[in-house]
Formats: sequence, structure tokens, C-alpha cells
Amino acid sequence: MSGPRLLDAGETALVVEFGDRIDDAIAARVIALDRALSRDPAAGVRELVPTYRSLMIHYDPLAIGRDEVGRLVDRALQDEGAAQGPGRHWRIPACYDPALGEDLAHVAASTGLTTGQVVALHSGARYRVVMYGFAPGWAYLSGLPAALSLPRRASPRDRIPAGSLIVAGGQAIVASGAMPSGWHILGRTAERLFAPHRDPAFLLEVGDSLSFEAVDLATHESLSARSAAGEVVARPVPAG
Amino acid sequence: MKAALHVLRAGPGCTLQDAGRFGWLRYGVTPAGPMDWIGHGTANLLAGNPAGEGALEIGPGGIVLTAETAPVGLGIAADGFAADVDGRPLPGRAALRLAPGERLTIRPGAFGVWAYLAVAGGFAIPPVMGSLSTHLRSGIGPLDGRAVATDQRLPCHAATHARSLALPGATPWPTVLRFIPGPQREAFTEAGFATFCEATFRVGARSDRMGYRLEGAAVAHASGHDIVSDGIVFGAIQVPGDGQPIVLMADRQPTGGYPKIGTVIRADLPALAQARAGTRLRFRPVTVDAAVAALAAATAALADLPRQAGPMTQGPDRDRLASGDHASGFVNPLDGD
Repeated sequence: MSGPRLLDAGETALVVEFGDRIDDAIAARVIALDRALSRDPAAGVRELVPTYRSLMIHYDPLAIGRDEVGRLVDRALQDEGAAQGPGRHWRIPACYDPALGEDLAHVAASTGLTTGQVVALHSGARYRVVMYGFAPGWAYLSGLPAALSLPRRASPRDRIPAGSLIVAGGQAIVASGAMPSGWHILGRTAERLFAPHRDPAFLLEVGDSLSFEAVDLATHESLSARSAAGEVVARPVPAG
Repeated sequence: MKAALHVLRAGPGCTLQDAGRFGWLRYGVTPAGPMDWIGHGTANLLAGNPAGEGALEIGPGGIVLTAETAPVGLGIAADGFAADVDGRPLPGRAALRLAPGERLTIRPGAFGVWAYLAVAGGFAIPPVMGSLSTHLRSGIGPLDGRAVATDQRLPCHAATHARSLALPGATPWPTVLRFIPGPQREAFTEAGFATFCEATFRVGARSDRMGYRLEGAAVAHASGHDIVSDGIVFGAIQVPGDGQPIVLMADRQPTGGYPKIGTVIRADLPALAQARAGTRLRFRPVTVDAAVAALAAATAALADLPRQAGPMTQGPDRDRLASGDHASGFVNPLDGD
């Protein structure tokens, strides 16, 4: 495997870039480096931010030099294989009722599938959290079946509900807060990926894997009530 | 009797900010924090606080406030603004004791965008996710993640600071800002990079805590203007398809998909943050080593500021303030390299 490129994002961050495209193998290397560096945090390293293709290392240059950060990366990369294993696996409740999955019919029509097939593909896949971005707790997933790959909506929505399960451009996201978005809404989860007053505030770590468990509208509503009361309704299962 | 500040009038964009909400960026949480870390730290140090304590960031709308029931020690960094207590003008950077009933006014003046007001001992407001910083877009922060509003009451820890101090006025901010090329330097043609280094840009009107727009010659991309999203730092200079750069500031998105030609160095971020719409700026590439040296110098100069503070003799003297005599003898922390 070729080594990553080290790119300066100013004097307080170093980008370790493994590639320039969305690719599960590249994402796996980012996650492995993130884990290796997280295991034994060095003084002066402030935050690690994984994305699809790179790890951004924020550091305090008055506490640790750029060259030393580079050496930490080299050492961690030698250990890359050891840090590549699966994380936790989660079963996330998902409701694909047409009342919530507003774009199911449109996605079915655009992909030549039935709505049932769209739901079966989305809920049958195994995903991995590869990064958070856009807004707090918006989890970007790898593993979306290629058949569900389609461009964004022609016109974005001003606000999509918290918990929306959205897809576009070959990517899948669990949107944890209400925000504008031009992605297609397939359904909604009752789980809150981000709850600022819960410990942990963020349910999923980058590297965790997940699958969606389809539930009907009545179940979704009762799970939503429990979730709003502070309960975690997703189920962690042993990795395998 | 609990000390508190009562906000009689708050302009838009007035927020509580500490050094930033760190440790959550990997979950998509923007650190926020002050636009001008030197001004923010100056107000805190003048109030006798650590530089990163929670303080009020006051936007171009200004603020009017009073102390409720008990005196409150204040540190103010408002160079370029017009600050007064009951009509008595204050130096741009000062420490004072605001007695109950006295009214502090900070209004926009000759230059600058952000002023800072720290209270001695800090605000008695619970942090959110470990921080007193406010990110308005996501609504994360103290005061329900909202801006400071007119008629708001801000509880303070007991005033322990009764000194009346002034720093000499600062010299004007530099208008040539230093940047480190990358991380997507190769996404631009040689000519595009040269344009960015040689052209003069004006700060655009649509600039805010998220980003400052730069208007001028178009910076040419080598091929396309979309990349797969990666991390964004405070100071990242992204160039969208129209070739007009946007410098991403304290409230930036955590990740983004436009190529970044460079990053404004930390020592020069305050000068950028304080540049009003219409200000003409240029950009000069430097090495990481030069940027770290400039940061070390700016950090040391900030830490040294309390030592330079003298008694506030010029406060009520309008003639002397107007003459600019108070500007003599001050060392600009940005002159570090």
C-alpha cells in the first residue's frame, strides 16, 4: 500500500491524505490511523477529524512540532493492520412508512425499483460510520448499495426532520438535527445520534458499523417517545 | 447579592465565547470561539482572568449594559470602537469597576468589527459540552445557543477586580496577511496561485462569523472546483467555482468540498477578523516555521500585556484621547516576525 500524503492546513493542522475519492478501502485506512493515534494520545495533539479520504490532525505547534506529528503518523501507520478491525455494530430502528419516507416513491421511480425493493436494499445493507460532517451528529456512512446511487434533488428542502435517513451521490447519511438538505429522504429513525445532555452525547463512533431494522409507524412513535425521554433505543450487538 | 450585568441594548451578533469548544470536531461540532483571539485574550487578561475565559464578543451593533446590585470588574478590548461609562470616554483597552447603575456603552467607531468584554472572575453561566462558546447556526452554547439579547441578565462571579487600568491604543492592523499554501495548492494553476499572492482583494459585505468573502481577480483552478470533503480549519481559504476566495472563520462548517489554496496563519487571523467590508487586503505565502514563530511572538506579546497596563489617567480626558497621544509606546503583537 502506498503511503499517504502529509499536507499542511496552516501551522495548527496536518492532513494525512490517503486518496482523493470515496472508497471503502481508503476510508478503512483513515479509520485505522484514527484509532492508532487515539489509543495513545500525544501531548500537543488536540483533535483528530476523520473524513472519507483523510485524517486531519489538529495540534498546538507551540507544544509539538510539525515534524514530530509526522513521526507519530509514521509510527501509527506501521501499526495500521492491528487497528483495522471492526468497531461496535448497531441495529438502528428505521421507519420507512411513506408518511416519513417522503422521497421513497421518487427514488423508486428514478432507480426503476419498487418502493419495497428500495426499503429492502437500504435496510438490508451493512454500513460503516466513516465521518461526521455538515452539522453536529450528521453521520456519513459507507456501504450504500450501488442501486440506490442517484443525484441530489433538483431543489433542496429548507429543513429536513431530525433522524432523517437520506441518500444522494452514492452516499448515505443519518441526519441527527433538522437542517436544510437536497438529499432524498427514505425514512426516519427514532434514535438520536446526538443528544447534547446525554452521556455519551454522540452514540456512534467513526468506525462503528450499523444496519437498519425496519419498524412500523406505531413502533416508531413509541420508540421516539422513549428516545425523547433519554433512552437509547438502538441496540449494540457483538461485532461479527 | 449576586453580581450580574443587565444588557440594556444588544446589537446583532453579540455572543458569549470562550477559547472554543474543543474535542467534538470529529462529531461535526464546530469549536466556534472568538473571531479575534488576541482581542478576546486581552479583555480577559485585563480583567485578571485566564486568556481563554468566557467573554462577550460584541459585533458592529455594539452594546449598552449596566451592573446590577453589585459592582463588576470589567476588562475591555474595543480598539476602534467608541466606549464610555455614563458619557466618560474609555481607552480602547481598559480595566475598570462598573458600579451598580453606571452604564457602559460600546459603539462602532473608526475601525474594527469585534469588541470584547470580560468580567473579573468570569460569567456564572453553566458551560455546554465543556465550553461557554456559542455556535449560532447549530444552536449549541450557553443562553440556549442564542445571541445575547436586549434585556438579558448575565450572572457574574463576584467582582474581585477593582483596578482601573488602561493599555495604550494599538497600532492599525496589517493589511498584508500571511498564509501557508495548501492543502490543495495543486488544485490551482501557477497563474491562479500567482493571482492570489499578487492581487488586492476587498472584504465583501456578505461576511460573518462563518466566513469572510474576498472580492477581486478570479483565482483560476487547475481542474474543477469540487473535491471529496475534508476537514476545514479556522483561516482556510477555499475557492469556489467563481474564483472568489472565502476565508472560513470561527463558525465554519467542520468539513467542506471546495479546494483550499492556503490557510491564513493564526497570528494574522485577528487582523482579518477585524477588517470591515471594503477593506483592501493582500496575501503573502510563508512557511510553517515562520507561522509558528509569528504565533509564538503573538502569544508572548499577549501574555505580556498586563505588565504594560498603566493607571487609567486618560479615561475622562477627551482632548488627549482625540489627539492620539495615547497611541505612543505600544508594541503591536503582530509585529512579531
